[in-house]
Amino acid sequence: MSEQAPAEQSLVWGWGRRPVSRSRLIRLRSGEQADHLWSSAAASSQALARGMGRSYGDAASLAGGVLAETSGMNRVLSLDAASKTLRAEAGASLDKIIKAALPLGLFVPVTPGTRQVSLGGAIAADIHGKNHHVEGSFGRHVRSVTLSGPTGTSTINPATDPELFWATVGGMGLTGVVVQAEIAMIEVETSFIRVDTERARNLDEAMSLMQQGDAQYRYSVAWIDCLARGGNLGRAVLTRGDHASIDELSAKARNNPLAFHPRRGPAAPGWVPSGLLNRFSVAAFNEAWYRKAPKRELGRITPLSSFFHPLDGVRDWNRLYGPRGFLQYQFVVPFGAEDVLRRSIERLSKGRFASFLAVLKRFGDASPAPLSFPMPGWTLALDIPISSGELGPLLDSLDEDITAAGGRTYLAKDSRLPRELLARQYPRLEEWRTARQKADPEGMICSDLCRRLDLAGHH
Amino acid sequence: MKDALGQHQSILVLGGTSEIGLAITELLATRHANRVILAGRNMAALEEAAVGLRGKTNATVSTMAWDARDYSGTDSAVGEAFAKEGRIDMVLVAVGLLGDQAKDEVDLDRGSEVMSVNYVGAATACLAATKRLKEQGQGTLVVLSSVAAVRVRASNFIYGSSKAALDGFCQGLADSLEGSGVEVVIVRPGFVTTKMTAGMKVPPLSTGADAVAKATVAGLARRSAVVWSPPAIRWVSMVLRSLPRPIFRRLPF
Ligand SMILES: Cc1cc2nc3c(=O)[nH]c(=O)nc-3n(C[C@H](O)[C@H](O)[C@H](O)COP(=O)(O)OP(=O)(O)OC[C@H]3O[C@@H](n4cnc5c(N)ncnc54)[C@H](O)[C@@H]3O)c2cc1C
Ligand SMILES: NC(=O)c1ccc[n+]([C@@H]2O[C@H](COP(=O)([O-])OP(=O)(O)OC[C@H]3O[C@@H](n4cnc5c(N)ncnc54)[C@H](OP(=O)(O)O)[C@@H]3O)[C@@H](O)[C@H]2O)c1
Repeated sequence: MSEQAPAEQSLVWGWGRRPVSRSRLIRLRSGEQADHLWSSAAASSQALARGMGRSYGDAASLAGGVLAETSGMNRVLSLDAASKTLRAEAGASLDKIIKAALPLGLFVPVTPGTRQVSLGGAIAADIHGKNHHVEGSFGRHVRSVTLSGPTGTSTINPATDPELFWATVGGMGLTGVVVQAEIAMIEVETSFIRVDTERARNLDEAMSLMQQGDAQYRYSVAWIDCLARGGNLGRAVLTRGDHASIDELSAKARNNPLAFHPRRGPAAPGWVPSGLLNRFSVAAFNEAWYRKAPKRELGRITPLSSFFHPLDGVRDWNRLYGPRGFLQYQFVVPFGAEDVLRRSIERLSKGRFASFLAVLKRFGDASPAPLSFPMPGWTLALDIPISSGELGPLLDSLDEDITAAGGRTYLAKDSRLPRELLARQYPRLEEWRTARQKADPEGMICSDLCRRLDLAGHH
Repeated sequence: MKDALGQHQSILVLGGTSEIGLAITELLATRHANRVILAGRNMAALEEAAVGLRGKTNATVSTMAWDARDYSGTDSAVGEAFAKEGRIDMVLVAVGLLGDQAKDEVDLDRGSEVMSVNYVGAATACLAATKRLKEQGQGTLVVLSSVAAVRVRASNFIYGSSKAALDGFCQGLADSLEGSGVEVVIVRPGFVTTKMTAGMKVPPLSTGADAVAKATVAGLARRSAVVWSPPAIRWVSMVLRSLPRPIFRRLPF
């Protein structure tokens, strides 16, 4: 049962489909198999955990090394409605966890824009959701993790080993393999969200609506059209809401208020030419989308999957960008640096870098984890198809602006940050490195992201 | 490492004094490349090139001795470079010798040098790089071919055929590397004004080394297998390739 899992050589990439690298892939089935990594890595190559590959760049890649994939280690171990806690293996997807928990009236404390992420990946990236401004990032809701690393396996929590615990939360897999975790769930009466929708004609209007109203909403996000220009620059649709209670449902839905049957849509075709999503097709889409949204609509009862995970309806939608792939650029700037946010949107819009809607959100308090991304401020995330040589220099100069304003970019999305900026964006980097060094003194854990940005501080 | 936009962090240039090679390297190093090794046979010229790069970029630049005609030395030199750096993300094979067709046809030491540097030397360098890049599981091999390789002309068939051989080698190599994590980019410039072509009559569609560099960096971003510079030269060479021999023979070059 605990013998070495067989490895196969395989090409690996992130959700943006670039960069590509080749590794030996091992499918973990148990915690003991994770422990074996460190004895075998000592003899041959470095190792890294990989969840569902939903990070966009090279965070879950390790060229020439061993990738320990967790999809075979995905059981929900316990779910307790009374204490509202869940214990699961790290490979369990949020999709699986939500499906197991909803019938008991429980829901995950934080959900990203897709349910197809693993528990381990959620912890390693310290992911955030639409409720960050009130409930913080994923790590805040983690009660304990069982971590297998070169120095051994242990179950740790913020009280027993705060240093290693918080280095693991947001630590991008570089402190070891999370084997299991226990998280605090939240209580819900229904599988529906009560949503208020509002259109904003431009960025100023969107930001002021959010500033004024966000505190009244548990979930809040604005979708921005980055191709609109001039007076329409940053026009947006705000969707905000909270879990609906039973008495808010229709009589029919009340019969089975926790029903959850997200539509599993068609898959994107396997072969699509690069350039299908260009500025014309995307601008047309964005226009139609803005026109379709109601100017103002309050209290619409919406299935939670269409509120939280609208893209999960099309499987493998990342293939629509063709073989040249795409990247996601996500940054945060502190409150007060609204001008930097506006300038970034202006420059992206001027460069006509086609993007489906960008997502704008206000973050609340930062997590204690030194490498965690969210900080109080505005975060913007957008997908950009990779087209030419022009994009790199533009993003480099946005990075400079953002960094100078005290902001940072999100490592789980990154595939191109210049490494010189890392320490400026993450001022607690050295603190994290010290904790990591203790957990992995011989440098057995690594990732392509770690090499590219020199996260571990070898060079 | 390589990033999503085809930027590479460490580069080994084989033929480190090549003007085109240096232009490509400089463009990559003004952005994210931070380690460069220039390899070649003329140490003084290499050192001068290194000083130039250090002045214009923040990259750490070193030099090493390498002669394309020392085939067994190629394997150890490339091996040494990888061992020293730990990883090398991109190997740029820029070495080349234009020769002088009229002289090379009769002085066979000269003629065979052109052939051996451009094909055996460059291809051996590709093999030496490939086996290490494969082990890394990621890397890019950029090779300077030429439009002269597309259809070999009477006026420079010694050079042209050696580039044609290298070009064919790289196409096969690229296919063989499918699934390995290693990518090959074949660059086919037209006439470029560098020291290689100094004193020659400048034909239409000629460009400078900077233009080839820009096209190559854009090709890396787009993940192109072949880069043409200038882009229009692609269509010209397609036409030339399909011309019937009696007409092709009578063209004025
Ligand atoms: C459509 C879409 C929407 C998204 N929306 C959001 C969002 O709203 N908010 C947000 O924060 N993120 C969002 N993301 C990003 C995503 O949540 C993170 O990248 C997450 O880490 C992906 O989880 P994964 O299981 O796919 O991990 P992978 O991509 O496989 O790995 C990501 C990192 O986690 C590490 N890791 C994975 N499993 C383990 C483990 N068991 N032990 C230790 N380390 C591990 C890996 O080494 C790697 O460094 C989105 C991504 C997509 C594709
Ligand atoms: N210029 C053009 O019009 C043109 C057009 C198409 C393709 N190309 C190709 O592009 C590449 C670069 O050309 P370029 O224009 O940059 O010319 P270049 O400046 O002359 O570069 C070629 C380099 O090759 C080196 N070299 C020659 N023989 C060598 C050997 N035995 N060992 C090691 N190095 C050797 C030379 O170094 P030394 O200093 O030691 O001589 C020279 O620096 C070449 O492959 C060329 O064929 C050029």
